[in-house]
Amino acid sequence: MAIFLTGQSRIIIQGVTGSEGRRHGARMLRAGTRVVGGTNPRKAGQTVELAETPVPVFGTVAEAMDATGADVSVIFVPHAGTKDAVIEAVDAAIPLAIVITEGIPVHDTAEFWAYACAHGNRTRIVGPNCPGVASPGKSNAGIIPADITSEGRIGLVSKSGTLTYQMMYELGDIGFSTAVGIGGDPIIGTTHIDCLQAFQDDPETDAIVMIGEIGGDAEERAAGYIERHIGKPVVAYVAGFTAPEGKTMGHAGAIISGSAGTAAAKKEALEKVGVRVGRTPSGTAALVREIMLAR
Amino acid sequence: MDLFEYQGKQLFADHGVPIQQGRVATTAQDARAAAAELIAAGKPGVVIKAQVKAGGRGKAGGVKLARDPDEAQAKAEAILGMDIKGHIVHSVLVAEDIDIAQEYYLSFLLDRAERTFLSMCSVEGGVEIEEVARTKPEALAKIPVSPLTGVDAAKAAEIVAAGRLPEEARPGAAELAERLWAVFTGEDATLVEVNPLVLTGDGRVIALDAKVTLDDNAAFRHDVSQFADPGAADPLEMRAKEKHLNYVKLDGQVGIIGNGAGLVMSTLDVVAYAGEEFGGVRPANFLDIGGGASAEVMANGLEIVLADPSVRSVLVNVFGGITSCDAVANGIVSAIGMLGARGEVVSHPIVVRLDGNNAAEGRRILDAAEIPVVEQVGSMDDAARRAAELAAAATGA
Repeated sequence: MAIFLTGQSRIIIQGVTGSEGRRHGARMLRAGTRVVGGTNPRKAGQTVELAETPVPVFGTVAEAMDATGADVSVIFVPHAGTKDAVIEAVDAAIPLAIVITEGIPVHDTAEFWAYACAHGNRTRIVGPNCPGVASPGKSNAGIIPADITSEGRIGLVSKSGTLTYQMMYELGDIGFSTAVGIGGDPIIGTTHIDCLQAFQDDPETDAIVMIGEIGGDAEERAAGYIERHIGKPVVAYVAGFTAPEGKTMGHAGAIISGSAGTAAAKKEALEKVGVRVGRTPSGTAALVREIMLAR
Repeated sequence: MDLFEYQGKQLFADHGVPIQQGRVATTAQDARAAAAELIAAGKPGVVIKAQVKAGGRGKAGGVKLARDPDEAQAKAEAILGMDIKGHIVHSVLVAEDIDIAQEYYLSFLLDRAERTFLSMCSVEGGVEIEEVARTKPEALAKIPVSPLTGVDAAKAAEIVAAGRLPEEARPGAAELAERLWAVFTGEDATLVEVNPLVLTGDGRVIALDAKVTLDDNAAFRHDVSQFADPGAADPLEMRAKEKHLNYVKLDGQVGIIGNGAGLVMSTLDVVAYAGEEFGGVRPANFLDIGGGASAEVMANGLEIVLADPSVRSVLVNVFGGITSCDAVANGIVSAIGMLGARGEVVSHPIVVRLDGNNAAEGRRILDAAEIPVVEQVGSMDDAARRAAELAAAATGA
């Protein structure tokens, strides 16, 4: 069954005619994803060729949904226009909007998130600044490499793109139901907690890997949630033990100011509720392997 | 990006937030001139404030009163060059002395946990707000502010009332709060903090300090070049920035190059763990070359990392995803060739760990290139250990 994204998901790409949209749209199609259309208000009515497949371009998300029955939008629109693109997706009430674009001003993210909340949260927003969602063997929405892993019964939720790939690759023989890259920005739509609950409810997921990094208190909150609501085994990894205070490390959110948000605090909070926390990515993969092979 | 007080106050002034008169000076002579101007304009005295991006300036002796230009020059002389919590004072703000009746606190900031904005307001100002939050949490009002509706006159009145500001200060404080919100949104700030916000003897409400953090992601829609702070940045970080590399200088011996912020942060941790076995060898830097990992980016990255004199070995840790490992391997080979052509002979050992798509072919390409300084290791943990070991051996030699 997987979470958020299944083999039945019908996907459109906002920003399909740009270089990122074309490149990853072609990749997604080659991975077997049902890419049914894209949007660009200036190129409505045209088609764009992705992996030798002509894909129709619509003026708006609403038009694309009417014409194709799309239920997922992957957003590659550049940062200056991302806020408007997300608001358009929310107005169209598309069930899932995955925002890949990085470098979005946090005031823009705060605004589109508040807008989505004010409109009843009919659209699940993943990201921004995230690698997307992949349900191996079923569908691939975003920039996660499709051929590094296999279909299986591990669920993965991660703030970091490359650590997601590393984990999917290391556990490629066991396989994943769904991997969700939630992104490392200070404000994100879908959280660790949202994914933990969805994996808990997914009959095709047996264990959950959670990857966090310094900044904010999302991991600490997730720990509290796991204690109360998650029965499936959870293994975690946290990056950033050696990061200095007050310095940004790539992700806008990966910054420590003051004592909160340190990797050590996150690890402690998770271990306190019985989550096993790996010391390195490989060590984390080994813990997951142990759990999956013991089943 | 954190701003100096005088820069924050410039933004305040641009949006009509009342501030003290004054200007910045980088020499004691100029501070004297600035003081003379203010005193000639009828001000009773001036305050000389160290411009550093650190709190606790007053306690450190970085804020002094002066009654005349001579005294201003002497005080500025004493403050310039001071070391406040590791920050050297390169400039001072010379501002009119204000007759302070009461001190309050007001800020707008990003509330990550609630995914919205927050205003904090308190009648207890002029002291460390963390201290107020700890000892008298009831005295620090926290009012959520929606990005959709913002701060209008009614919301501003709500904020200053929640902060329990006295009646006589509320109209002025509310008006200031509305304008401060305009700074926060108009300048794409993630923090604007006024501590203290003061009520003057003649009943005005003004911002006596300004702490502003701007969102780097929004730099594309503002002119932030005026806030560049070349004195503060590490020279290697400056060079990296010119080459559009995401580099942070640290204090260890193992140079790190990787792709993706999370993987690179993780690499730093794994190297630090491995280094514990080798006399406390540590990572020398953070460098994320991004997904592409082209030869040119790799060459620029290696050049920056190797320019750090404390680096003894380099660990290149790349996960080949969409850019597969054969492309990355070709990038490394060309990068070392490019560095040679630039006259930079690579003499430090470079440990390479390639994993992911087409890793076998990538490893074969690197082997075939037979570069003496390059050594391949299969796993991230082993590669980190080997790089730490090589750094320790070179440090000992």
